Amino acid sequence: MATAAKKASRTKADVKSASAIKTPPPLEFSKEDELEAYREMLLIRRFEEKAGQLYGMGFIGGFCHLYIGQEAVVIGMQMALKDGDQVITGYRDHGHMLATGMSARGVMAELTGRRGGYSRGKGGSMHMFSKEKNFYGGHGIVGAQVSLGTGLAFANRYRENDNVSLIYFGDGAANQGQVYESFNMAALWKLPAIYIIENNRYAMGTSVARASAQTDFSQRGASFNIPGIQVDGMDVRAVKAAGEMAVEWGRAGNGPVILEMQTYRYRGHSMSDPAKYRTKDEVQKMRSEHDPIEQVKARLLDKKWASEDELKAIDKEVREIVADSAEFAQNDPEPDVSELYTDILL
Amino acid sequence: MPIEILMPALSPTMEEGNLAKWLKKEGDSVAAGDVIAEIETDKATMEVEAVDEGTLAKILIEAGTEGVKVNTPIAVLLEEGESADDVGKAGKSAAKSSDEPEQTADAAGGKDKQATEEPTAKKDGASVPAAPKVEIAADPDIPEGTEMVPTTVREALRDAMAEEMRRDENVFVMGEEVAEYQGAYKITQNLLQEFGAKRVVDTPITEHGFAGVGVGAAMAGLKPIVEFMTFNFSMQAIDQIVNSAAKTLYMAGGQMGAPMVFRGPNGAAARVAAQHSQCYAAWYSHIPGLKVVMPYTAADAKGLLKAAIRDPNPVVFLENEILYGQTFDVPKLDDFVLPIGKARIHKTGKDATIVSFGIGMTYAVKAAEELAGEGIDVEIIDLRTIRPMDLDTIIESVKKTNRLVTVEEGYPQSSVGQHIATQVMQRAFDHLDAPILTIAGKDVPMPYAANLEKLALPSVSEVVEAVKAVTYRA
Repeated sequence: MATAAKKASRTKADVKSASAIKTPPPLEFSKEDELEAYREMLLIRRFEEKAGQLYGMGFIGGFCHLYIGQEAVVIGMQMALKDGDQVITGYRDHGHMLATGMSARGVMAELTGRRGGYSRGKGGSMHMFSKEKNFYGGHGIVGAQVSLGTGLAFANRYRENDNVSLIYFGDGAANQGQVYESFNMAALWKLPAIYIIENNRYAMGTSVARASAQTDFSQRGASFNIPGIQVDGMDVRAVKAAGEMAVEWGRAGNGPVILEMQTYRYRGHSMSDPAKYRTKDEVQKMRSEHDPIEQVKARLLDKKWASEDELKAIDKEVREIVADSAEFAQNDPEPDVSELYTDILL
Repeated sequence: MPIEILMPALSPTMEEGNLAKWLKKEGDSVAAGDVIAEIETDKATMEVEAVDEGTLAKILIEAGTEGVKVNTPIAVLLEEGESADDVGKAGKSAAKSSDEPEQTADAAGGKDKQATEEPTAKKDGASVPAAPKVEIAADPDIPEGTEMVPTTVREALRDAMAEEMRRDENVFVMGEEVAEYQGAYKITQNLLQEFGAKRVVDTPITEHGFAGVGVGAAMAGLKPIVEFMTFNFSMQAIDQIVNSAAKTLYMAGGQMGAPMVFRGPNGAAARVAAQHSQCYAAWYSHIPGLKVVMPYTAADAKGLLKAAIRDPNPVVFLENEILYGQTFDVPKLDDFVLPIGKARIHKTGKDATIVSFGIGMTYAVKAAEELAGEGIDVEIIDLRTIRPMDLDTIIESVKKTNRLVTVEEGYPQSSVGQHIATQVMQRAFDHLDAPILTIAGKDVPMPYAANLEKLALPSVSEVVEAVKAVTYRA
């Protein structure tokens, strides 16, 4: 307790300025890093494509927000974590869950509302959790996860462990009031909170320029002296570099940090969004010039760390995992009717 | 004309205090603003400043006197040119506190509850809530022969938190002014001293944010007690309470939930008008995944708060500022924990059943006294927990009395009483000999004016009339 009290008393010298950190250069990836990133990002890409298909076939209902295009963000960050670190995000959460190591079967079966899903079919696309993988949801209320994630960081501080909490939210959520209430407390109490703003340029159909007075999201913590940097969220090496720096910063007791991940979603906001608010050219340009998976693939081939055939084999293996999850998710029974009244109170 | 200095009210709920110390003696000259005395209340010691200047001619209440009623003359001040012979002709002067509770918390104070029913009592300021004459029925959860200790609701709540914090390292309390200020209503008094800043956490004025931080900490396995300075401010945070705390267990398929307590004063206080005066019992009782507790007595406050802190679910614990200072017997037990979800028969009776909870019980108890004088013997059930609701106890009582009146301070539409009425109608229709009557606050925002405020709240006479109506004695 004495240590905590000491940590809690901050002096002027402790206050880091909002520009205390600089965007690090992308990491040099080893062959193993590149292959891991390739495989993990591809799993999310193929999984989401399949989810889109199953939605079209009526197996998945309600809202379904696909992560295609943003894969480098969660994979790069996950590569910087250790066991015990927590992850929490909003409703565009399938990629985050797969990145934490949650099973494709469990996630897909939750999307189809079956008993083998992570929430036994009662949560759906936006509400999934895994205590085992330290994944705290999956939250459908835009911005709510920022306060909740700050609470996870609070628990780490309380327990005096060296875990950090990754709190993901979008450029849209970044305008919610409770985000700034949380920033204030996280900075005041020096919580190990890593705020990752996934700026995919559109809050549903509203572009950043039309919704945000300050479009440099890395500076959104300036009022609280929370340092922030902008990161190329399409380059998994840049994400991992920023992630490692942020995680180290948090573990060392420096308090919160903000990483603005500049990324892009290829699909609409949700399945029912035709994305008329942007041009096809804009999307095509991102896909052809900045695709996170193609970037890794090009490097692997260029350095002759993998052949086309070897990459195809990885793709095949990933497709099999996804096909298996889809098969499972379509055939797994719906929850027993008795589940209606379970898990309301303990 | 000589000026009488009166015992000041240092907070809206203060009814009496101890005159701890005189800092001026008879014959001293006094300037406006001089501290003349110190007064102790159950919340704090405060200084009394002179408003007028002159000579302190006579001290009427000696230092060390306890239980001095608000507005009692405590001294006489002579103005320039007046002599001691004039002492007897004193006019009144309101001394004011140097620590005037400009803090909205304190200012969001309660009222002399008795005065709402007996407005004449308020004028002379000399009334205190009478100890209920209705004998409180024994609580089967308290072993027979247990020593009982008179305790205020405020102390009982503090003791409950302190005991649970000693018992479980994961329990901590967070909220506005809970630590260094010792609680806006002094419920967390001395907790900072015992448990330190790590476990007694002052937050910025950030209800939405700190409620969410509390839920997140609970999801990670801690056991937060989140204090709202008043539940009126919980509306800033209601999304986190309803959408995050209450629903996570279900949405997570049982993997994780939010074992925590949201607590604070709820309902109308006194003269604080529309935005600070409403009861959230019905609001939160609507939500699956929450438990909602609203105690009346100090024993229930203690036993149920301890239960709430241990409960693995999110519990909304609704206190009442006017009850904080009231004293009840609390059993002297090492670990007094009461069951959530169980009503208590406050008084047995045979002619009609009154169901109430929290501050609503004060009307029920007084009505029962009046009715006893007219030969009507009512049974009073203190619901204690609003959700899950102990309907069985209500229905058993209705089977005996065949008549039911509910009493609450909240708004009438979709009220707790209406839910009870529906359930009893569906489950015990054949046992009813009269329509169920539901007494609630009026369907209006709380007005400020004293007379209108009184009209907006339920009254003892409304309860008396309702019982007479259901027993066909009207």
